[in-house]
Amino acid sequence: MAESTLIVSPAPHIRSGVTTPALMRDVVISLIPACAAGVYFFGARALVSLAAAIVGTVGAEYILERITGRPVTIGDWSAVVTGVLLAMVLPPHVPWWILVLSGFFTIGVVKLLFGGLGFNVFNPALAGRAFAVAAWSALANSGYIWPAGAEAAHWVQGFDAVSTATPLTLLKMGEIGGIPMTRFYAPLFFGNVAGSLGETSALALLVGAAYLLWREHISLRIPLTYIGTVAVITSLYGHDPLFHILSGGLILGAFFMATDYVTSPMNPKGQTIFAIGCGVLTALIRIFGGYPEGVCYSILIMNAAVPLIDRFARPKRFGEVKARGQNA
Amino acid sequence: MSSPSPLSSIFSNGIGKENPTLRLLLGMCPTIAVSLAVSNGIGMGLAATFVLVGSNLCVSLLRKATPNEIRIPVFIVVIATFVTVVDLVMNAYLPQLHQVLGVFVPLIVVNCIILARAEAFASKNGPLASIVDGLGMGAGFTFALVLLSAIREPLGTGIILAAPDLGFEGIRLFSKEYAAAIVTQPVGGFISLGLLIGAVNLLAERGKGRAGRRGSQSPQGGCH
Repeated sequence: MAESTLIVSPAPHIRSGVTTPALMRDVVISLIPACAAGVYFFGARALVSLAAAIVGTVGAEYILERITGRPVTIGDWSAVVTGVLLAMVLPPHVPWWILVLSGFFTIGVVKLLFGGLGFNVFNPALAGRAFAVAAWSALANSGYIWPAGAEAAHWVQGFDAVSTATPLTLLKMGEIGGIPMTRFYAPLFFGNVAGSLGETSALALLVGAAYLLWREHISLRIPLTYIGTVAVITSLYGHDPLFHILSGGLILGAFFMATDYVTSPMNPKGQTIFAIGCGVLTALIRIFGGYPEGVCYSILIMNAAVPLIDRFARPKRFGEVKARGQNA
Repeated sequence: MSSPSPLSSIFSNGIGKENPTLRLLLGMCPTIAVSLAVSNGIGMGLAATFVLVGSNLCVSLLRKATPNEIRIPVFIVVIATFVTVVDLVMNAYLPQLHQVLGVFVPLIVVNCIILARAEAFASKNGPLASIVDGLGMGAGFTFALVLLSAIREPLGTGIILAAPDLGFEGIRLFSKEYAAAIVTQPVGGFISLGLLIGAVNLLAERGKGRAGRRGSQSPQGGCH
């Protein structure tokens, strides 16, 4: 009898008192500014997207856990976070049923099949985005719109045929470019450009990230290393680094996706390797790849490498001595 | 298979307990590649069944004359003969199916289901039992392919039962723009197959629990 109540676990034994629901609620709060910016720039349609994604993820978690007879964990808010992030990384005008189905895929395949919260290998929201884009690429990619009064034509003279091109698409198509691209900084920072629902406003994202930093839920190590790596590599290849930092999903991905506890390495050394890897892949995809944006795939690829990084960056045991003539 | 078992159980063994695709995970490569349409699945399944029956029969007839050291080359020559027959016949009468299945028709030569049955069954059993085993394994392979195709074809294209060789365009279940292209890609193939195998294992567990007899026959590892 006594055995079952004794919990034996390795150090550390200090408990912080921060529970999963409290943490997840803080993450939801930190995402509110970016969602509000999305609604402000892309209209009330963005609310439909957010609602559909949350219905998909929370609904999937509830239904699938009921069917499989497991404890229903929708109370820990993690499915809500996944739903909000899923809507934020997809274009604002994606059909609602794509969001619901991607939410089901995200929770069912990426999270629950791997064992639920804490066991998923890939970031659920990004895997959901990858699924949606691979499954319904035409519908998903035509969902980008420019906020009213800030059409692509303002950016590129005589270029009004493509209304769904994001700044990074314009860069990839060679419509804009050169150094410096100062005239784009302000719209990219405030967010009245085309892009995914929650990624366009750097300002709103940084406000949310500041809240998470203040609550000490994330550290700056991964985001700054990630963004810094992108800046270094893009400037090496003659691009404007600030344009690359502000455009696309880099800030959203660096602060809210790459810092995910479950799918990022455990200790500082590993986290640095992880963030550099994300940055290198993002920059290479943006500069040389077929896609205009690489944040989603680079984080997913590095997620897959996390077990390897964790093994490589394993901290030395206390008192462990390196044998002479042996390197490692 | 030391003791001779009744032919009916040899046949049903291939469909159920030792289903090559769903239980032994053999022949994954053609399974993922061709299960894009039910007609492809049937075509591939029947082609493999023909080769299985033919090669099992010949290997069984030759089993006393085959030196143990060179049995694999002998099996391969026998199998390749039947694959060539299937390849040419399909090219002549079902050209569109042949084009869709492409390299996977000649690749039946190295399909491990067929080699596995030659090695594990036909080289140790009589001709009649070997034919029945080939039929059972072929039926199991065909059944699995049809099942998987019946999931992937409608989800990936919105159409079911399209058969270009018969001049049948299939039944459109929903508009193409709703079709999830990822299901037709290898990724979707692996995910669908994984979910299907999971469901089959679940049903098998339930069935075993209900029957409460027979030792557990856990699936063994597979190849490509």
